[in-house]
Amino acid sequence: MATINKKRQLGRPVSIVGAGLSQFGAFPEKDSRDLFVEAFQDMVQSMDKGFDIHDIECAYVGNYSSDLFEHQGHTAPIVADWLGITPIPITRIENACASSGSALREGVMAIASGMYDVVLVGGMEKMTNLPTDGVTDVLASAADGLYEVPSGLTFPGIFGAIAKAHMDRYETNLDHLLKVGIKNHQNGALNPKAQFQQTITEMMERRKARAQERGQEVPAWETDLDFLRDDRSNPWIAWPLRLYDCAPITDGASCVLLVSAEIADNFTDTPISVAGIGQATGKPLHDSEELTSLSAAKAASQQAYDMAGITVADIDLAEVHDCFTIAEIVASEDLGFFAPGEGPRAVDEGRTARDGDHPINTSGGLKAKGHPVGASGVGQVIEIYHQLRGEAGERQMKKANPSVGITHNVGGTGGTCVVNVLRRES
Amino acid sequence: MTSEFNAAAFYKHLKEGKKLMGVKCQDCGHLSPEPRPMCPVCHGFNMEWRQFSGRAKLSTFTCISIVSAAMAAKGYGRDNPCCAGIVTLEEGPRISARINGVDGRNPQDIKTGMDVVLDLEDVDEESPSLAFKPA
Repeated sequence: MATINKKRQLGRPVSIVGAGLSQFGAFPEKDSRDLFVEAFQDMVQSMDKGFDIHDIECAYVGNYSSDLFEHQGHTAPIVADWLGITPIPITRIENACASSGSALREGVMAIASGMYDVVLVGGMEKMTNLPTDGVTDVLASAADGLYEVPSGLTFPGIFGAIAKAHMDRYETNLDHLLKVGIKNHQNGALNPKAQFQQTITEMMERRKARAQERGQEVPAWETDLDFLRDDRSNPWIAWPLRLYDCAPITDGASCVLLVSAEIADNFTDTPISVAGIGQATGKPLHDSEELTSLSAAKAASQQAYDMAGITVADIDLAEVHDCFTIAEIVASEDLGFFAPGEGPRAVDEGRTARDGDHPINTSGGLKAKGHPVGASGVGQVIEIYHQLRGEAGERQMKKANPSVGITHNVGGTGGTCVVNVLRRES
Repeated sequence: MTSEFNAAAFYKHLKEGKKLMGVKCQDCGHLSPEPRPMCPVCHGFNMEWRQFSGRAKLSTFTCISIVSAAMAAKGYGRDNPCCAGIVTLEEGPRISARINGVDGRNPQDIKTGMDVVLDLEDVDEESPSLAFKPA
């Protein structure tokens, strides 16, 4: 930790001037390259002043495991070919679920170095080719294959162990976890790109209606929590985590266009600047300082806040890595929004809702928007981009004119964490 | 038994030696249950084998219903959730391990803080793994 706290600066400022997201969901006939093109098309069509594809000088694409999901390695050149941008350099970045967070960081540094003015960064993951047990094994390979996985721990299992430690140490209970999912589904219901555009209430009512149509006994659920506490509608995955505590298996892609800030107005009058970037590294959970916190998230956020010259009080909203509901609670503490152990109460009090004082995951988060792992980091940046530009539609956060948003993208169980501070300068 | 400091040696000690062998840094004294050739604390290269007693406390756990392929092959799954977690060894370090001898269907009855000991009954010949059981 000796040098990680040194305040660092970009060589020159970098802006985001375009953002595109594919539909998130399960698309049996699409490969990751097709999803990336879909995200790219969304970006091109939404750019304020248009854009010439020949301006792109370099690209980075985050992807966790096309090798295991699609039996396709070396995917970056394929993306370049599908976009028709060969021979510009393109590099795949792999940091598990933080792959595109790290890809964005590489792109920012490529511009800040002075080497390039226009860089495309994004991410993609095609996950639904494999059945659930296959996906479980692929995701588990982001943990330590020699000393964590052989014990039987899966990815949800490790976060389940974090949840149990949080419950032991603080007043966290199972309902707190479920309420994170309820909140994120409320946001996802308003996101036209989300995999689940339904609230938990809507899902519950649909299940009841279906039972009635089929002449089956209609479950007696009255509230979202009734539905989520029922082992039949919400089975255990890794106690204390149930199905609706886990982000889904998703196909999707994301991309943004980064440019040197000095040319940003060629592309838009409302660029979003990358005011701070931080990335830090952690150890397997058993070797972590605490079982209730990700040390990499604390270190990465401190770096990013310092670079941007902000404190937590300046942050209007956050997209955090809710691969599991407990992960959102832990993130809200690691990022400094709430003291350790206070995250669950903040959920109870609605402080992380769209109209709360610390809105988290207005997109629906990974939980409802979906989690195509290699695409998620840039996907988070895209939500902040739209919110800061006031163009998030029905899910626009309540506070007017937000100017600072952050993203928190975790790889594995905290082996990697990338935090970005994004700011509207105009 | 002398060998390189690596996972193969760790699991060989477990399977054949019936003991939990990790390493100690001869320079700074740092203990690691995972054999590694370099000290992650003082960055020295003077590691030596160190046997851990196998006595530990259960620090946290989970009961997994959607299991890995390897655990499915051992008979774990939705009807027989696999309990795994993190134990704190008597010598100080923590390590991930399966927890045997508990009922994964009733996690509320499994108590963190309880004493556990190394379980050598279940060291699989093909793919050995680390397990503890209530003391």
